[in-house]
Amino acid sequence: MHLRNWPLWGGLLLAVVAFFSYFIVFSRWVITRDVPWVTYLLFIVATVLLIAGVRHAERKLGVSIVAFVGIAIFAVFVFAVTVGTKMLPASHGAPRVGQKAPEFALHDTANRVVTLSALEQSAPKGVLLIFYRGYW
Amino acid sequence: MEDNLKSFEAAGVRPVAISVDEPSVSANLCSKANYTFTFLSDPDTVAIKRYDLLHKGAGENGHDIARPAEFLVDRSGTVRWVNLAEDLRVRARAEQMLAEAKKLQ
Repeated sequence: MHLRNWPLWGGLLLAVVAFFSYFIVFSRWVITRDVPWVTYLLFIVATVLLIAGVRHAERKLGVSIVAFVGIAIFAVFVFAVTVGTKMLPASHGAPRVGQKAPEFALHDTANRVVTLSALEQSAPKGVLLIFYRGYW
Repeated sequence: MEDNLKSFEAAGVRPVAISVDEPSVSANLCSKANYTFTFLSDPDTVAIKRYDLLHKGAGENGHDIARPAEFLVDRSGTVRWVNLAEDLRVRARAEQMLAEAKKLQ
């Protein structure tokens, strides 16, 4: 393998950039997050480069491994955003419409303890509990 | 979300955000994003487990966190609407939650 085979190494680098740029940059905007078309475009270009790199090389084994790694990154990405993001727990025990919302007592940002019953009484019609992943 | 806060208040519904983040982390988020609604901390996933929303090891460093979900609860404590996110990347739109809030008596 020679570094002169720039399509091969360029393709691998682009695959890595495509992968990480989704999580660092493109996932911030709905338009590039829900259907990651920019990322798919980058991966397609990377794949074309990798294939060109394999065809360009005289000795195929080493370059094929590099190309495989690059395409594997593409595959992992596709899995992560199509299947992975849907791998959520079943939550069969979550309260359903018509059931009582379970009580809780948690700290707010001022470190005061707040109960669900207090919250319910504090608003004219009710409360909207928004459970989110955190780690923002 | 913050833009819709006034709409939720006008509909008489109080939004409350809950996660495993410590109060200091949520306070930081609130000041950066200019959120004024209530943020509650559930670092030991007590409420999260009670609502069966535990997502084991899914947080940073393998911490247990909540899977995203929204519950509209009326003053009597009854659940009137539930949304369990099926896909991490698709959030319930605030407009949708607001439409449900307006239906409350």
